[in-house]
Amino acid sequence: MDEEYDVIVLGTGLTECILSGLLSVEGKKVLHMDRNDYYGGESASLNLTQLYKKFRNNEEPPASLGKDRDYNVDIIPKFAMASGEFVKILVYTDVTRYLEFKQISGSYFCKGGKIAKVPTTQIEAFKTQLISLFEKNRLRKFFEFLQKYKEDDPSTHQGLDLTKDTMETVYSKFGLEPGTQDFIGHALALHLEDNYIHQPAKETIEKILLYLYSMNRYGKSPYIYPMYGLGELPQGFARLSAIYGGTYMLDKPIDEIVYNDQGEVIGVKSQGEVAKCKAVICDPSYVTNKVKKTGQVIRAICILNHPIPNTDDVDSVQLIIPQNQVQRKHDIYVASVSSAHSVCAKDYFIAIVSTVVETSNPEAEIEPGLNLLGPITEKFVYISDLYEPLEDGTKDKVYISKSYDATTHFETVCDDVKDIYKRIMGKELNFEGKVKRGDEEEINAM
Amino acid sequence: MNFSGRNDAASANMKPIQVKLVLLGESAVGKSSIVLRFVNNEYQDNKEPTIGAAFLTQRCKLDDRIIKFEIWDTAGQERFHSLAPMYYRNAQAAVIVYDITKPASLEKAKTWVKELQRQANPNIVIALVGNKIDLANNRSVPYEEAEAYANENGLLFFEASAKTGTNIIEVFTELAKKIPYEQILANNKTLNSRTNGQGDNGRVNLNESENNNQDGGQCNC
Repeated sequence: MDEEYDVIVLGTGLTECILSGLLSVEGKKVLHMDRNDYYGGESASLNLTQLYKKFRNNEEPPASLGKDRDYNVDIIPKFAMASGEFVKILVYTDVTRYLEFKQISGSYFCKGGKIAKVPTTQIEAFKTQLISLFEKNRLRKFFEFLQKYKEDDPSTHQGLDLTKDTMETVYSKFGLEPGTQDFIGHALALHLEDNYIHQPAKETIEKILLYLYSMNRYGKSPYIYPMYGLGELPQGFARLSAIYGGTYMLDKPIDEIVYNDQGEVIGVKSQGEVAKCKAVICDPSYVTNKVKKTGQVIRAICILNHPIPNTDDVDSVQLIIPQNQVQRKHDIYVASVSSAHSVCAKDYFIAIVSTVVETSNPEAEIEPGLNLLGPITEKFVYISDLYEPLEDGTKDKVYISKSYDATTHFETVCDDVKDIYKRIMGKELNFEGKVKRGDEEEINAM
Repeated sequence: MNFSGRNDAASANMKPIQVKLVLLGESAVGKSSIVLRFVNNEYQDNKEPTIGAAFLTQRCKLDDRIIKFEIWDTAGQERFHSLAPMYYRNAQAAVIVYDITKPASLEKAKTWVKELQRQANPNIVIALVGNKIDLANNRSVPYEEAEAYANENGLLFFEASAKTGTNIIEVFTELAKKIPYEQILANNKTLNSRTNGQGDNGRVNLNESENNNQDGGQCNC
C-alpha cells in the first residue's frame, strides 16, 4: 500500500468498477478497495445464506428452496437495454468476454387491472387489447413518424421542433388519448413519473427510440440480463481493471480519507496505513458527510415457485404499473428472472417489486405490484436511501457516485460514469471501437 | 495428444472444443510462468504481469478432437485475497499451483480446492501442481504429502518446473484427457436445439454488429 496511486477507488459497486476499469485502461495507476469481503457492494448478487444473513438476522434458509450455490439474488433490480450505452461500454471494453447474456423474455404493462404485452411492432399494436381500434390508427401514425424521423432532415419533422415543443404538443398533434400517453411515456420511454409531458419532447423521443431499437435487436424484449445475476457485472469490470494493472483489496476497512491544508485529497488510510493518491472515486457510503439524501426506494425481493400469472409463462419479464393506474406519482416496477438465468434453483423465480417512496407507509405502496405475483414463497422488503454528492469533486478531488436509482436499466449509471470520467480526465469518454489489447488471444504454439 | 494439429488435414475441418481453464494459487508460485511455458515454451525470471491480457489460448489435439484451452490468469487479483467468483465460473479445468519450497502455499492451494468443490462447476477437473522442482534442494513440501492429499481429493497431481519445462506439457495433457467432452458437447447441443436462429435459448452475442441482426437494425415499428 505504501505507493502513490493516481486514483484510489473505494467500493466495488458497478459505477466504481466501470470507472476503475476505464481508468486502468487509460494507463492510470489504480488501487481499488472495498470494506466488504465480496465484490459489488449494492450491486452484488447474494446466495441464500447471504440473503438470510442480510434480511433475516442470520436465520437458516429453508432446505426446500434448494442449494445455496444456485442462488444469485440481485439487491438492485435492473436490466440492460440491448442498444443502450451500457452495452456499448461492455462491447468497447470487451468485458463481454467474461459474461454471458440472455434476453429478458417479455415486457408487460398494466392497464385497468389487466396485464398486457407491450406492443412494439405494427402487427402487435394492431392485436393489442390495450387500445381501441381508432386509437390504434393514431398510434400507428405516431410510430411511422418515429420511424422516419431524422434529426437533421426537417422534412421528416412534420412541423414539430422537438427541442422546443413539449411531449404534450406531440401527443395532441397525433391525437393520442391519455391511456396511450401513459403507455408511451411509461412503457416505452420508461419515465418514472409524468413531469416529462411538459418538457421538450426530444429526450422522450430519444428514450422511445432507444426502447424500440433495443426491442428490435433481439426480438423478445428490449432487455438483456447476465447469467448468474447482476453481481457478475462489477466483477467483470474489476477484472478488466486488474488486467490493465489495477490493484484489488477486498475486506479493507477504511479509517479515513486524508486531505492536505487546501482540502484536497492526498490519500486513504486503511488499517493504520496511508496509501497516497491524487484523486478518490467512491460511492456515497464512504463519504457520508459529502452527500445529500434525495429520496428513497422500496424494493421487495420475492421468491416464487411459479412464473408471474398472465405473462405467458415466460422465464423472465418486466412488468410496469404506470402511476396513473394506481393514483401515484411514480410507477411500480416488477422485474422477474429465474433459474434460466442461473439466479435461483430449478422451478423457482425471483421477482423484485420496486417503487420510489411517496408516503410514510411504503409497504402499502408496493402492494399493487405484489398482488400481481400470485402466491409468494418468501419475501424480503427493504428501503434504500438515495444519495448524491454535494459537490462535483473539482475542489477536493473526491469524485462521488450517485446511488442506484429506481429506473429499470443501467442508462443512468452510464450517465454517472461518463460524467465522473469527464470530471477526472478532462475529456469526454469515447467508446468507439475497442480498447487496445495486450499480447493475448490466439497465441498458438501450433 | 500433439500440439501441431495445423498440418493435419482431417483436423482442419474440426470445430475445436473450447475448454475454460483457470489458474489458482498463492502469489509468486509461478502460475503465469507455467502458462507461458505451456503456450509459448518460454520462461522469464521475475516476470512482470502481462498488461491487458484477458486470457491466453492454446489449441491441442487429443485423439480425434481439437481442444482449445482458454487459459485464465488471475491478473494479480489473488494477491490480496480478492479473486472474484466470476473468475472460475463455468471453468471446466483448474490448475492449482503451489511452491514446493513454501509449505504455506500448499495450504493456500487446499483452500482453493475447497472453494472450487463448493462453488465451481461440479464436473471441473483439477490438477494440483507443485512448481519449482528446479529448486528441489530447498524443498520443504514432501512429494508424498501433496500426492496423498491430491489422491484423497480426486485431483491430478504433478511436480513441475516452469523454469526447466519439466512436466508442464504433461499437466495439460493429463487434464485434457480427463475432461468430460461428451458432457460439454451434449450441453452445447441442448442449447442449440432450442434456438431457431434466435441465439442459443435466448442467449445473445453482444459482439455481433447491430446491422447483422434481423432486419438490419431498422426500427420495425
